[in-house]
Amino acid sequence: MSLSARNRELLNLIVVGILTGLGFASVYIARQEIVSPESLTYAGFFLGLYLIAHVVARLTVPYADPYLLPIAGLLTGIGLTEIYRLDPTDAFRQGLWVVLGVALFAVTLLLLRYDFRRLEAYKYVIGIGAIALLVLPALPVIGRSVNGARLWVGVGSFQFQPGEFAKILLILFLAGYLREKREVLAQGRLKDFGPLLLIWGGAMAVLVQTNDLGSGLLYFGVFLAMVYIATGRLLFVGAGAVLFLAGAAFVYQVVPRVQDRVSIWLDPWPYADDEGYQLVQSLFAIAFGGFGGTGLGRGTFANANGTDLIPFLNTDFIYAALAHELGLVGIAAVLLVYMLFVARGFRVAMLAQDGFSKLLAAGLTFAFALQTFIIVGGVVRLIPLTGITLPFVSYGGSSLLANFVLLAFLLLVSNRANAPR
Amino acid sequence: MNRSISRLAVFSLVLISALIVATTYWQTWAAAGLNDRQENAIQRVAQFTIERGRILASDGRTVLAENIERKVEGKTLYFRRYPTRGLAAHVVGYSTQVRSRTGLEQSMNDYLTGSNANLSTVVDTTLDKLRGAHIEGNDLLLTLNARAQRVALRALGANCGSVVALDPTTGRVLVMASAPTFDPNLVEDDYQQIDRIRARCQQPSPLLNRATAGRYIPGSTFKVVTAAAALETGRYSIETTRYDPGYCIEYGKHVNNYDTSSPFGNVSFLQAMQYSVNSFFCNLGKEMGPGPIVEEMKDMGFYGRPPLETPASERRASGLYKKGELFEPKDSSQVDPGRLAFGQAELEVTPMQMAMVAATVANGGIVMRPHVVERVINPKGSTVTRTKREALGRAMSAANAAILARMMEAVVAGGTGTASQIPGIRVAGKTGTAETGIEGRNMTAFLCFAPVERPRVAIAVMLENQTGVGGTTAAPIAKQVLQALLQGP
Repeated sequence: MSLSARNRELLNLIVVGILTGLGFASVYIARQEIVSPESLTYAGFFLGLYLIAHVVARLTVPYADPYLLPIAGLLTGIGLTEIYRLDPTDAFRQGLWVVLGVALFAVTLLLLRYDFRRLEAYKYVIGIGAIALLVLPALPVIGRSVNGARLWVGVGSFQFQPGEFAKILLILFLAGYLREKREVLAQGRLKDFGPLLLIWGGAMAVLVQTNDLGSGLLYFGVFLAMVYIATGRLLFVGAGAVLFLAGAAFVYQVVPRVQDRVSIWLDPWPYADDEGYQLVQSLFAIAFGGFGGTGLGRGTFANANGTDLIPFLNTDFIYAALAHELGLVGIAAVLLVYMLFVARGFRVAMLAQDGFSKLLAAGLTFAFALQTFIIVGGVVRLIPLTGITLPFVSYGGSSLLANFVLLAFLLLVSNRANAPR
Repeated sequence: MNRSISRLAVFSLVLISALIVATTYWQTWAAAGLNDRQENAIQRVAQFTIERGRILASDGRTVLAENIERKVEGKTLYFRRYPTRGLAAHVVGYSTQVRSRTGLEQSMNDYLTGSNANLSTVVDTTLDKLRGAHIEGNDLLLTLNARAQRVALRALGANCGSVVALDPTTGRVLVMASAPTFDPNLVEDDYQQIDRIRARCQQPSPLLNRATAGRYIPGSTFKVVTAAAALETGRYSIETTRYDPGYCIEYGKHVNNYDTSSPFGNVSFLQAMQYSVNSFFCNLGKEMGPGPIVEEMKDMGFYGRPPLETPASERRASGLYKKGELFEPKDSSQVDPGRLAFGQAELEVTPMQMAMVAATVANGGIVMRPHVVERVINPKGSTVTRTKREALGRAMSAANAAILARMMEAVVAGGTGTASQIPGIRVAGKTGTAETGIEGRNMTAFLCFAPVERPRVAIAVMLENQTGVGGTTAAPIAKQVLQALLQGP
């Protein structure tokens, strides 16, 4: 029996809906005193939302990859369940962000359903737009600083992280620019790198300025990866890596915060009571999960007097919370889901017919993979910790919205590649 | 382009695989080590999900420690409450978040939390976890007599000091009071209030269990040990007589008798004990040398932490101390045997040890291992373990013990310890008053046991900062505790 791509997607979504329902149910069983039975309607509502996304996909991108949307749905469901388990009020807000995310997903698909490649013509506008978004938080009045990183734009109680969208715009710009210049760039003439380095240098300067090192690493990695795909020359990557190391060494010398992060990463125990507290307690939480985990809703995240053991648990450290409650079995499965998404994303890039689409899909997918690596790697002490979000899972609106746009672009590219001619 | 893309794809998947490997490391190899670390807050909280066993006095009704339930973040947590407050605070100790644990709460933690694992309990607790049930610990039934304990604390009043009462034939600790005491409920909520506790001594240290960790000079109560050592040599009897000039010459200096001010002339061993004649014991010590005395001390349990279920850190060995270290003299050049014989020198003893001395005499010379936990009872009500009586060894012959008992009975009947007389009950005792070098800052003590014909209680009372002597300060307290234990309400 062969199913059409969209029917397969529908089937997968139903499985995801059931899984999310089971997640909520187990949180409900474990935490009956705090959680109301209405929580179970969350799962139903959530499934409905994704069915709407599916219908939009059916109308706009009928030939697109049938796994990406369900995988994103599964990750959102996992995140929502854990956030709900940590704080039902946060989960309600996150739920609203999912609604907005699906809406933005639908709008992106509808707007670009005929030909997303039109965007290539506006690459410089997009590139400048990306820089503008990055600069926004540094501006007075609207710029806001949270935990030492100036990443937020706020109007009233409404806060927003424009950097998440700058990431996508930057990838769009790079895809367009590199597609046009890849032959000349491959010859290695320095002057062709000019605009590229300019835009990129601007972005990096802004990042160092705003103290957002996680994003800095992310953008740099994506930049190198896309240059590599466009030119096929590892030399550029090597040169870039040397540049990066030089830059990193410089930043290490100049910014005390970076020095702290590095020493905590190398040996967190002397800092277990102060700067390293978060990381150390998060490692305890992960270790306590062991092989099978405590079970959803059964973990220990609060002191005996009710205060949180780990600050920023539902954003930067949601991975630790999941590893604690799901155990190695569960968290390895979650990482495999990430791998699946990444594999599907690269498949989309490979199947795409034109350079722009390939660069776009590969860039977006790599950004997704690298972001996952940077935050989880920081939490498990593979690399120094930098606070960025875990795609689709962490609590946070901007990140969720941006990832829905990322998903929409992957589906658009995939649809075009698979469409019968 | 596809070649670069597939390489990038492989690279990305390797990155995420590295995350799986790192997570596996933390959740398997490193997990045990991390779970055991001091800083681990999860483990600290997890302790509170266990319903710790209660701690009960010997009547099985007086609850010394119990739990109150509180819901935190949807979890039922159990916090300790001590309904009797300071009554047995030093024995029971406390279990809190901020200051960890002390007393039996610390040393019996495995029983109290039900983690005294054998195979069947492991299976049980695993099943409980799967069912989501909480863990219930075992109850402790102590040997402490709540009523006598209360009497002892009230009798101690504002003094700094301690009362220990043992059942000499079994080693059961009937009373273990340390004053000033504290309310263990305040440790978590209002520690400053404990810091402000004052009593009649320089360092009230309310958290210190004086009964097992206090540093007391035994004074004349130590004569019981010297007498036992002398009788055991076989060279002395109850009729042994020495001339008392009212002092004893030590390195050419006069050391006066304390409890009595005038010379007695010729005194027998019995009279020397009865009236606590220092010169007599001083001479005994000089004749024997420190060897036999130290041997006798060791037989009675000195030079080792008194065995008890409380944490080792809360128990202190009694003996001769030099520069804060236990020290065993080889011969007379290392310690003044005369001063040792009447309980001065560098002796530091605990009330617990002195109670063991009294109990040994009462028990015909056999030292019983003291214990304060009678039984461990599981949540279903059946006994997990019961403490068996255990003899630690013989410290003197039954005959010599009987002679000592006769001497000590004379102390109470017509000597320095008359304040502990109880009509209708034969009491044997020994007073002690030790000079600390500061006027009006004596350490006073009283050892006793009763009834002499079939002893059921042996007591040591030790007080700090006293202006009076053992017979007037400590003996009356011992009498009240004896009455509480022997005569009932």
